[in-house]
Amino acid sequence: MKAVPGKNLKTFFVDAIRWNLKGSIPFQIFRILLLIGMGVGIYAYSFQARYGLSVTGMTDIVSWGFYISNFTFLVGVAAAAVMLILPAYMFHDPDFHRVVLIGEGVAVGALIMCLSFIVVDMGGPLQAWHLIPGIGLFNFPSSILAWDVLVLNGYLLLNALVPAYILYSHYMGREADERKYRPFVFLSIFWAFSIHMVTAFLYQGLPARPFWNNPLMGPRFLASAFAAGPALITLILAIIHSTTSYKIDPKVFNKLRMIIVISAIINLLMLFSEIFKEFYFPTHHSISAIYLFFGIDGHNSLVPWIWTSVSVNLAATLVLAFNPGKNNPKVLLPACAFLFVAVWMEKGIGLIVPGLIPSPLGEIVDYLPTWVELGVTLGILCLGITVVTWLVRTALIIEQRYED
Amino acid sequence: MSSQKQDEAKTTIEDVLEKPSSRRKFLKGASIAAAAGSAAVAASYMSAADPASAGELKLRWQEYFKKNYRIMSQEEKDETVTRLERLAKMQDNVDVQIGNEPPVEKVLFGYAFNITRCEGFMECVTACVKENNLDRKTNTQYIRIFEMEPGQLDPSTGDGQYYHKVPVDDKFYMGAQCFHCEKAPCIKACPTKATWKEPDGIVVVDYNWCIGCRYCQAACPYYGRRFNWGKGEVPKEEITTKQHYLGNRKRPMGKMEKCTFCIQRTRKGKLPACVEACPTGSRVFGNLLDPDSEIRYVLKHKKVFRMKEEIGTQPKFWYFID
Repeated sequence: MKAVPGKNLKTFFVDAIRWNLKGSIPFQIFRILLLIGMGVGIYAYSFQARYGLSVTGMTDIVSWGFYISNFTFLVGVAAAAVMLILPAYMFHDPDFHRVVLIGEGVAVGALIMCLSFIVVDMGGPLQAWHLIPGIGLFNFPSSILAWDVLVLNGYLLLNALVPAYILYSHYMGREADERKYRPFVFLSIFWAFSIHMVTAFLYQGLPARPFWNNPLMGPRFLASAFAAGPALITLILAIIHSTTSYKIDPKVFNKLRMIIVISAIINLLMLFSEIFKEFYFPTHHSISAIYLFFGIDGHNSLVPWIWTSVSVNLAATLVLAFNPGKNNPKVLLPACAFLFVAVWMEKGIGLIVPGLIPSPLGEIVDYLPTWVELGVTLGILCLGITVVTWLVRTALIIEQRYED
Repeated sequence: MSSQKQDEAKTTIEDVLEKPSSRRKFLKGASIAAAAGSAAVAASYMSAADPASAGELKLRWQEYFKKNYRIMSQEEKDETVTRLERLAKMQDNVDVQIGNEPPVEKVLFGYAFNITRCEGFMECVTACVKENNLDRKTNTQYIRIFEMEPGQLDPSTGDGQYYHKVPVDDKFYMGAQCFHCEKAPCIKACPTKATWKEPDGIVVVDYNWCIGCRYCQAACPYYGRRFNWGKGEVPKEEITTKQHYLGNRKRPMGKMEKCTFCIQRTRKGKLPACVEACPTGSRVFGNLLDPDSEIRYVLKHKKVFRMKEEIGTQPKFWYFID
């Protein structure tokens, strides 16, 4: 192990910032657009800070909306990094080993977005310290939300620290010691499943909401996440492959496609099972599903939404499974994008909003997000993308220099 | 954020920390730095909305750092109540008396609703809104009354939006509100223990400790909880000034609230406002541990049932038929 003169933890961070501030003109424009997006988010949030959540479309009946929908979906995207971590670190798959850092960067970005969505959804964000064990009062283990706070922050830490250690070692020009990080990798694999199961249990554990109180919720969360997450990572890898000098082996794309197809098919099977249960013999517990798929008494704002989602999901899964373009990226990449959007539509709004409709006393209302919610969401998405680009750019530069 | 405001914030924090009090013990070690940092943000945030005097800011700091009500000592409870009364005077120029009466020994409150008698006048709703200082702007109501078709017994099948002359022939009426469940899903859900069941059976919310995540609202099978989506508005002359910390005091924006069986009245031996207001005598309230109480009579001699019994929440609210 040789020490590199003039390199230490400080230069590691300075270099990371320096590399990220430099870049081509289009890259700078991209960065500025992201900044503008975040500005819109802050502007929109300023209304919420002043007038409270009354500026959102939420009501006492639909008490969770666009924010929690996006949160739920992004937990899946974060968890999906495990589909790269598992083969890369456990089975020592050399192809995945080269891209696993990118997957972990995406997970960190997704988690930061998740936590931001929780904070903007809170009525009293200034009281968030009440959640800190020791200073506040933490309702653990009774409240599943308390569990969720723990698992999300833990997963963020694991997904930030393991890659940081590996990158720092490579930056210093030495091999990362596998004995040191392997236990944490094991832990993070277990943890990835836990973040998604716990988030599912958040909903699944509520007998007040028959639409959510369904044992298939957790497994279905995982299946849809392992389809949508790798689809997003495929798109990001394709962008990296075509815009940087860091080339991705085609084998990686093939393997990812297999993961996506298998997960998407399992997801569709479980969707079919749920639909069968709700509609073969509808009970008064099926009202939410009826509202979602067919509308009730003229309240049908989600009907086109869910049918679009289901049909796009089905079509994209078929394209990815049968591969009609014979590995033509012009066919597969749009299919990945469509699959990602379809799962977002269904695992976001399509899951959260109908769970709250009708109210436990049978009242049916519609929910539409306001411009404030859309603006804040745009801001958080831009924040997440910024985080991902910063992390991935740093990682790629270090890895490329290390490989040379 | 102007530097002037920051400085102001710092001085106030120092004031608070310098003062030897129980608060100081609470904020020890590293938590001081973290808490003070967030407080500085909070201050500028709040004072940006409406400029406040130094005295008022100081009270707000002390309020910001106070504990959850259930773990406060009696002295701390008295202090916070005094601060809240002073703040009400400073901010809204109203004189309120905020109590912190503890539960009475050997009392467990229960409620019964006579579906044969109720005629849907909704006097209870009006009395509740008035007594509990509910937000007039968004028309918050703890009580819902449903007009029911014969042959149904589940309020979710009834009409909760009726607006016509009552009673209507061949219809009957059912009220729903927080049922103060013995096994309340909302309490289990709350991540910060900001909602709990008092020894007298009332499920309460510490409005200041609540973080506004609304998980309890999703968990409630009876639509018993209401959220302060915006800033509550009550005309000054209509404010009920006899208040309780866990009851009808002013709720901050972004916090959960709910029916408290009128804790500010019932802990002093009075009936809840809805029971007192009901013109048909459909509402029965009393001590379940007192064998001679009216509620015990109803439970013993009438045919009673509870809503969504299958969920196992054990509401302390029974419907009965004459």
